[in-house]
Amino acid sequence: MSVAELPRRHYLNANYNIWSWLLTTDHKRIAILYMISLTLFFFVGGAAAILFRLELMTPQGDLLISETYNRLFTLHGVVMVFFFLIPSIPAVLGNFLVPMMIGARDMAFPRLNLLSWYLFMAGGILAIAAIVGGGVDTGWTFYTPYSTTYANSQVMAMAMGIFVAGFSSILTGMNFIVTTHTMRAPGMTWFRLPLFVWSHYATAVIMVLGTPVLAISLALIALERGLGVGIFDPKLGGDPLLFQHLFWFYSHPAVYIMVLPSMAVVSEIVPCFARKRIFGYSFIAFSSVAIAVLSFLVWGHHMFVSGQSVFAGMVFSFLSMLVAIPSAVKVFNWTATLHKGSISLETPMLYALGFIGLFTLGGLTGLFLATLAVDLHVHDTYFIVAHFHYIMVGGAVMGYLGGVHYWWPKMTGRLYPEWWGRVSAVVVFVGFNLTFFPQFVLGYLGMPRRYHVYPDEFQVLNVMSSAGASILGLGYLIPLVYLLWSLKYGKAAGPNPWNAKGVEWQTPSPPPTLNFDETPVVTEEAYAYPPLDESSAEGEPLEPVAN
Amino acid sequence: MTHHIVPVKTYAFVFAALLVLLALTVAAAQIENEVLNLLVGLTIAVSKAALIMLFFMHLRYNTFVIRMAAVAGFFWLAILMTLTMSDYLSRM
Amino acid sequence: MNTHLAHHFDDADQQFDAARLGMWIFLATEIMFFGGMFVGYTIYRVNYPQAFAVGSSHLQLVAGTVNTAVLLLSSFTMALAVRCSQTNRRTGTVFLLAITLLLGVVFLGIKGFEYTEKFATHHVPGESFSLSEPHSSPVDPQHVELFFSFYFAMTGFHALHMIIGVALVTIAATQAWKKCFSAEYYTPVEITGLYWHFVDIVWVFLFPLLYLIR
Ligand SMILES: [Cu+2]
Repeated sequence: MSVAELPRRHYLNANYNIWSWLLTTDHKRIAILYMISLTLFFFVGGAAAILFRLELMTPQGDLLISETYNRLFTLHGVVMVFFFLIPSIPAVLGNFLVPMMIGARDMAFPRLNLLSWYLFMAGGILAIAAIVGGGVDTGWTFYTPYSTTYANSQVMAMAMGIFVAGFSSILTGMNFIVTTHTMRAPGMTWFRLPLFVWSHYATAVIMVLGTPVLAISLALIALERGLGVGIFDPKLGGDPLLFQHLFWFYSHPAVYIMVLPSMAVVSEIVPCFARKRIFGYSFIAFSSVAIAVLSFLVWGHHMFVSGQSVFAGMVFSFLSMLVAIPSAVKVFNWTATLHKGSISLETPMLYALGFIGLFTLGGLTGLFLATLAVDLHVHDTYFIVAHFHYIMVGGAVMGYLGGVHYWWPKMTGRLYPEWWGRVSAVVVFVGFNLTFFPQFVLGYLGMPRRYHVYPDEFQVLNVMSSAGASILGLGYLIPLVYLLWSLKYGKAAGPNPWNAKGVEWQTPSPPPTLNFDETPVVTEEAYAYPPLDESSAEGEPLEPVAN
Repeated sequence: MTHHIVPVKTYAFVFAALLVLLALTVAAAQIENEVLNLLVGLTIAVSKAALIMLFFMHLRYNTFVIRMAAVAGFFWLAILMTLTMSDYLSRM
Repeated sequence: MNTHLAHHFDDADQQFDAARLGMWIFLATEIMFFGGMFVGYTIYRVNYPQAFAVGSSHLQLVAGTVNTAVLLLSSFTMALAVRCSQTNRRTGTVFLLAITLLLGVVFLGIKGFEYTEKFATHHVPGESFSLSEPHSSPVDPQHVELFFSFYFAMTGFHALHMIIGVALVTIAATQAWKKCFSAEYYTPVEITGLYWHFVDIVWVFLFPLLYLIR
């Protein structure tokens, strides 16, 4: 390979002063702004997790009192869910790549895109203020009447913060939908779109139609707390369960706001590192849309034991099973893509494979939980905690890291050190499983979540989990170090270091401010990797020795 | 088809119809029957909203995609309403 | 050349289509925002029908009816304002936007008058809520308080949207006055119009659901 050089002019060095960043309308720069802020939030949320994992090393409460413990797990949940996971892939990778993948010069609404970052930061600052001002002890779910009447922590500020950040999510979603509809390059038909775009479109639908319901439920909490407008107040004959309905109407689909973009990333990485056309393109595309719709029909599975009617429980249980279908369609199609592919295990592929495995495990345990009778047994135990971490960390964060590595050369123009990348991917995978697999067992044995003390017999598994958490933490720190290092010392990547297909790889890395020197014209389908038998010998799978 | 100009007469007709419907709904509010009262009130409200959307908001002249956006909003609201009510209406 | 064409669009039509689609998606968002309250309302009305009827009887039907008429008229003038900007009639646009604006303010004035009356009669939910119903009434005053919780939450958020709408119309009117628009470019008027009509539609539902319960 010839030695690549960075292009002379690109979006990063177009101009240097601080306002050119803070007032930028370039979707790529906004993606970078998001990436920096999200990284900060990620480590804030992670620090809280490390603290309470430390506490859980022993059955007694020797490090934290229960008050502090409650505030820490709430902090961890709120920050990780609303200020890291939900914006993570869409706002960073989606923002950067959706316009590039469809051959556009920018998002449809660049100024709204910038506004969404400011709203996100405003929400984040409110949340940080709530934390500094004493924290919140309701859990990230804000269940009424505790949050409206009894909690004497900073519920108001935190709810406001999430409310504001919600609008940033809505604007991002709106931008994706309109951009995909109106900004596609000539020849970029819907069925030539990379699956990344399809998945982000589906995600955007959830953002746009789900987030306002979260906003109104938080606003009603604020009204009840602040002004005594008691809509959820059982003393007046109000129903606290109504809050749960509204909250989960958003917060179940929110899981798919985290996972669909991860699936988007995996759908790009797998064909590239298997050197194969993706198997079942339209099945994957439509399964994204199906997930977006079905995800809105299942929220009651969070309320099986909270007083919801048995009939509704049965309906929601049945509907929850249905979501497994499009999810499984994706997993089978990725697996089929791998079949007889010429697989190479670079860092992004390691993360993608990790995603497939962990997501499958998380998804299957989700089926246990969707079953009414099993849920009665494991509800509010560590089984749940393990399940959703397999989806949200094993799924979403693995996807995010995989995507960051895959497109890092495109975003920065430089290669990260591959060896370290592989090490970190393995460390993250091992650390993750050591942290959360024991929690499945703990939950099944009956250890409830959200307590800082527990019976002695649970200690071994808890120590394993805490040890895993420290490995996982290390696994997240390694990429932080070498990615920053590569900004200065990494080798120049050239436009297409992975020999990948896709419009975004046809422009220099880093791309010019308007993405393409001339508007690309698309003439072929996505993932048009040449058939393996025609490609060079190194791509040829080994012939099995005569049997 | 992007900039469809609707005749003033159409707008005036729609406005007149809206006022008639308003008078109707106030009059119909005298119906003593609880269910019938609600049904008539909602039907009139839906008709008014439809008139406003189709003509004032140009939905009648808009593209398929824009119509889908409007439909999606109401469809998702129907999901929220139906599944929530499936709980409340089946509680003992 | 059109000076309003942003660098990332190919032509003005693409830009206009994008803006309009974006606004409609935002309105779908708004449907869900208000929808949360409508769902809550439905549940409680099903549970406490008499209390809701009693609460409704304490609202001022005349004020509500007049306000509905005011909003419908403002939607009409708004639609005409958009039409004027489509046909390049600048003074017409400015004039009609100003009327719309005025009607919006009238609506908010009447709403404010109604709110004041509710404070005076202690019908505002909270510590001071009281209901002067005959003791024989089978209705639990706390359930009536729930009705008023919905009344204030729903009309309050609606009024907030009206205030935003008034601000948007003011901006659009000023821009029209400064000759920012033409038949080729009037996107802000169109977008503001869509928003205004939407807020009107919300009220079209609020009116029978709050004022006309039997
Ligand atoms: Cu769920």
